[in-house]
Amino acid sequence: MPIEPESRPIVLTVNGITVRVAMGATVAAAIAQAGVATWRRSPTGEPRAPLCGIGVCFQCCVSIDGRTNVRSCQVRCRNGMDVRTDA
Amino acid sequence: MCGQMHRGQKSEEHRLETLRETEVLVIGAGPAGIAAACSAAECGRRTIVLDDNPLPGGQIWRGKEDPNATKWLSRAQRAGVQMIHEAQVFAAMMNDTRVVMAETPDGLCAVRSPCIILATGARERFLPFPGWTLPGVTGAGGLQALVKGGLSIEGKRVVVAGSGALLPAVAAYLHEHGANVRLVAEQTSWLQLIAFGASLVLRPSVAMQGLGLIPQLLGIPYEAGCMVTAAHGEAKLISVTLRHGSRTWQVDCDYLACGYNLVPNLELPVLLGCAIANGYAAVDEWQESSLPGVYCAGELTGIGGVDRSLIEGQIAGYAAAGKQGKPKAQALWPQRQALCAYAERLDRAFALRDDLKALATPETIVCRCEDVRRAHLDALAPGSWRMAKLHTRCGMGACQGRICGPAMSFIHDWPMESTVSTRPPLFPVRMETLTAAGLTERTAEKTGEVNR
Ligand SMILES: Cc1cc2nc3c(=O)[nH]c(=O)nc-3n(C[C@H](O)[C@H](O)[C@H](O)COP(=O)(O)OP(=O)(O)OC[C@H]3O[C@@H](n4cnc5c(N)ncnc54)[C@H](O)[C@@H]3O)c2cc1C
Ligand code: FES
Repeated sequence: MPIEPESRPIVLTVNGITVRVAMGATVAAAIAQAGVATWRRSPTGEPRAPLCGIGVCFQCCVSIDGRTNVRSCQVRCRNGMDVRTDA
Repeated sequence: MCGQMHRGQKSEEHRLETLRETEVLVIGAGPAGIAAACSAAECGRRTIVLDDNPLPGGQIWRGKEDPNATKWLSRAQRAGVQMIHEAQVFAAMMNDTRVVMAETPDGLCAVRSPCIILATGARERFLPFPGWTLPGVTGAGGLQALVKGGLSIEGKRVVVAGSGALLPAVAAYLHEHGANVRLVAEQTSWLQLIAFGASLVLRPSVAMQGLGLIPQLLGIPYEAGCMVTAAHGEAKLISVTLRHGSRTWQVDCDYLACGYNLVPNLELPVLLGCAIANGYAAVDEWQESSLPGVYCAGELTGIGGVDRSLIEGQIAGYAAAGKQGKPKAQALWPQRQALCAYAERLDRAFALRDDLKALATPETIVCRCEDVRRAHLDALAPGSWRMAKLHTRCGMGACQGRICGPAMSFIHDWPMESTVSTRPPLFPVRMETLTAAGLTERTAEKTGEVNR
């Protein structure tokens, strides 16, 4: 079922791309919606993305409003957030 | 919310202002923690719950309208339980006074309580195999949690794999949300499942609605004795290789949702100094750990699903309330006994096969945080988790071994508790929170030692 724009009241940017998400959506969900597949690079440069979904694996870390290494699966989207993946 | 007015204040004031006092402190707002808090508060005990999520409910009730959850949460509210969300516990002082420290979006939240109930639940066990670090490879419950958090799964092709009663539930959930679930691959054999399945029919309320039954009703193939041996793709997942006996084949997919049962989140009980036995927090009939006044409930003491967590939580909460609560706790013992027996059957039914240990090739990364490959570890032949960490940095990254620890414990037959990292802070916290907690790196080490 397509979600109507009015049920997606939160507007934020992911790597400069504007995304609209539903209330309560996590930053991880917004990143996927922006079409980004790589959340971060591992120490040897491999692409990584969420694994556990519950805040224990740290594979989904990104920068939010300038704060680095934030677990995107644990943070809810807020209007005007500036999300940067680490890839 | 914890601490509305602390931002911008000096750390010393901050620390004093954020110190809360209570009679019973519960850590974890899953079914076990909520039930514990209700029981203690209904006996008149001042009760605070700390949980790291924005919403209460733990793994099963998170972000979902569930009548059972609503019932318990309104009960907690009526009993006057104070819930503090987005509070991640990272350290504790267990000397004359007991103070637990958590980080919230507003900074430090410290709670002093003579009585502590740990209900930190479980996480999935992940096993390394070629390609498991590719974007698109997630946990089984992991993908479900991401979808609960708003990830769109509509029209995506998904293979659900690994082991455990969670897999059919996850497959059904993803299907309901528009995913094209191509297969559920359960590593355990039909033989083992049938022995277990018989007991499920007898106890439908405990079961996750009958193994294999839901996917089959929905037209999703359920293959027992089947495992994913590799995930393929460059920048992200495009397909997986499956093996069933001598047959191997490939399935194209956008997601592989793969987890091998659950393991308890033992970091906090170990940090506090609770004894661990056979991979779980050791408790007596009152759910009290080896530390007087510290109770453990729910998946920390055994993986048994929501019903067991609810019963154990109530027993812990009543017991923590003292004389007045103990008869109520005792009345629940028979129910707990039945649920524990059921959990033991579950453990046996989904016991991991030895050939899973050989899935990771020498080139396979085993520690995702530090990119440690299996060959590196095998060349050193470490005899213990400690040795592995010392010589390879395995388990030294951001997750502090929460992912590779349980995998290494299975592959090398090391006791689960030996792979639990307990150096505070248990989670990375902001510098200002550490300072407010009086935890510089040096004192962090000291508290770790005191508590061990
Ligand atoms: C990813 C996942 C998905 C699952 N999905 C289902 C499902 O759909 N259906 C089902 O029947 N079972 C599911 N389970 C099994 C589930 O664990 C049990 O059914 C039940 O929720 C266990 O209850 P609990 O209270 O013991 O633990 P949990 O529900 O895990 O609750 C523990 C709580 O403590 C919090 N916590 C942990 N450490 C800290 C800390 N340091 N500071 C603050 N808070 C902390 C956790 O975030 C969590 O909210 C799932 C498990 C996992 C891991
Ligand atoms: S996906 Fe594991 S911490 Fe976010």
